[in-house]
Amino acid sequence: MSKIHVSTTVNGDEVEFLCDPRETLLDCLRDKLNLTGAKEGCGTGDCGACSVTLDDRLVCSCLVLGAEAEGKTVSTVEGMAEGESLHPLQQKFIEYAALQCGICTPGILVATKALLDKNPDPTESEVRYWLAGNLCRCTGYDKIIRAIMDTAADLREAS
Amino acid sequence: MQYHTATSYENAVELAEAAQGTIRFLAGGTDVLVQLRAEIVTPDVLIDIKQIPGAADIQCLADGSWQIGAAVSGAQLDEHGTLKANWPGVVEAMNLIGSTQVQGRATLTGNLCNGSPAADSVPAMLAANASVTIIGPDGQRQVPVKDIPSGPGKTTLKSGEVIASVNLPAQSASGADAYLRFIPRTEMDIAVVGCAVSLELDGPKIAKARVAIGAVAPTVRLVESAAEGLIGSTLDDAALAALASAVRDACDPINDKRGTIEYRTHVAGVLAQRAAKIAYQRARSKS
Ligand SMILES: Cc1cc2nc3c(=O)[nH]c(=O)nc-3n(C[C@H](O)[C@H](O)[C@H](O)COP(=O)(O)OP(=O)(O)OC[C@H]3O[C@@H](n4cnc5c(N)ncnc54)[C@H](O)[C@@H]3O)c2cc1C
Ligand code: FES
Ligand code: FES
Repeated sequence: MSKIHVSTTVNGDEVEFLCDPRETLLDCLRDKLNLTGAKEGCGTGDCGACSVTLDDRLVCSCLVLGAEAEGKTVSTVEGMAEGESLHPLQQKFIEYAALQCGICTPGILVATKALLDKNPDPTESEVRYWLAGNLCRCTGYDKIIRAIMDTAADLREAS
Repeated sequence: MQYHTATSYENAVELAEAAQGTIRFLAGGTDVLVQLRAEIVTPDVLIDIKQIPGAADIQCLADGSWQIGAAVSGAQLDEHGTLKANWPGVVEAMNLIGSTQVQGRATLTGNLCNGSPAADSVPAMLAANASVTIIGPDGQRQVPVKDIPSGPGKTTLKSGEVIASVNLPAQSASGADAYLRFIPRTEMDIAVVGCAVSLELDGPKIAKARVAIGAVAPTVRLVESAAEGLIGSTLDDAALAALASAVRDACDPINDKRGTIEYRTHVAGVLAQRAAKIAYQRARSKS
C-alpha cells in the first residue's frame, strides 16, 4: 500500500512523516513522532483523551487522518510547558491534585487551554459544557473544575 | 484505501467517477472516521473536500440568503453572529452535535448526508426551507433538503454527486426558528426525539409556519398538517393542541431501549409545542 508523505507543524516544529491513508493523526503523533501525550481512550470521539488543536481549533485527533494534517499547525500537551517551566494550568492541576491515573489529563489540559485562549473569564457552567467531551473516570471532575477556575482567575490578574 | 484532496467540486466529481469500489466524501469526518475505525464502512477511496476554495466559507448573498460551504464546521456557525441572529434554530441544532471537539469538525452537509433519522441539524434545515447545491456528473442542481433523506443511512444523492453548499433563504423581518431535542443526559447523546419550528408573523398572528420532526420516523419529516394548524393563530391553546396532535399523527418511531413508540410519540408533541413557543417569542421580540 502506498504511503502518504505529510509535512506539518507540531508545537512549533516543522515535521514530516509517512503514513498509511487510514492512520489517524493520533496514531501518527504517538507512533511516528513519539508524542505520546495524547491518549486513545475510545477512538470514536467520545472521551476527549486524544484532544489536540489543529489550526487553533480543538479536535479529537482520533477523528482526524494523519494525511489531513498536511500544511497545518498542530498543538499537543507536549507544547504547553516552556522548557522546564510548566504552564499555569499544569501547575494548578498538580496543586489541586486534579488527576489520579492521568489518562484524561493531557486532553483536558489542551481543551482547557483552548477555552481560556478564547474566553479568559468563563463561568463554571461554561467550563463544564466546554469539557463535556472530556471524560474522567477517576476524579469526579470537581478538582479539575476548581483548578481551572483558579487558574483562569490567576491569569486574569496577571494580564 | 486511497486518500485524495479535491481541488474543486468538479475535481471531486471526476475523482469519484474514476474511483473503483466504495467511495466516501470527507467533510469533518466525525461519521466517516467512526465508521472506518469500527469497520462499518471501509471506503476504497476517500475524497477530502475541505481544501476546495470557498468550502469553509459562510456567505450572505445580496438578497439576504445564506450560502454555507460544505466544509463549514458547527463551531464556525456558532461564531457567526449575524447568521445566528437570522437562523437561531439551525445554529442551535447544529451546536447540539457532540462535544466542543466534534463541533470543531462536524458539518451540516455531513450530518445530512450521513442520513441518520436522528440527525439534529436536519429537522432545523427542513423547517428553515433550506436547499443544497449539488455538483455531479450531469452538472449542477439545487434540491430542497427535504428531498435528500430517503431512509436510515440513505439519501437521494446519485453516484458521483457532491454537495457544495447548504443554502438558507433570507430570514423575514418577522421570522424566527427554534430546535429542541430530548435526550436522557444534558450533552453528548443521540436524539430520542427532535423537533424544529420556523415561523413568520404578521403582527401577533402566524402567517407562515414549517414544522419538522427527527428520530421518530425512518427519515426526518416535514409535517405540513402541523404547520397548517398554526397559520392564522396567535399560538393560543387551541393552536398548540392542534400542533401536538398533528405532530403525533406524523410519528412512526421505532421501539428501543432509548424510548418506546408511545413515549417518543408523546414527547414529539410536547417538544413541538415548546419549540413553537420559542420560535414565536423570538419572532415577536424582533418587532
Ligand atoms: C462523539 C460524537 C457525538 C455525536 N453527536 C451527534 C449528535 O448529537 N447529533 C447528531 O446529529 N450527530 C452526532 N454525531 C454524528 C456526526 O458528528 C454528525 O453527523 C456530523 O454532522 C457529521 O458531519 P461531518 O462533516 O463530520 O461528516 P463526515 O463524517 O465527513 O461525512 C458524513 C457523511 O456525509 C458524506 N459527505 C460529507 N461531505 C459530503 C459532501 N460535500 N457531499 C456529499 N456527501 C458528503 C460522507 O461521505 C459521509 O457519508 C456525533 C459524532 C460523534 C463522533
Ligand atoms: S480517543 Fe479520541 S475521543 Fe476518545
Ligand atoms: S484521572 Fe483517571 S481518567 Fe481522569
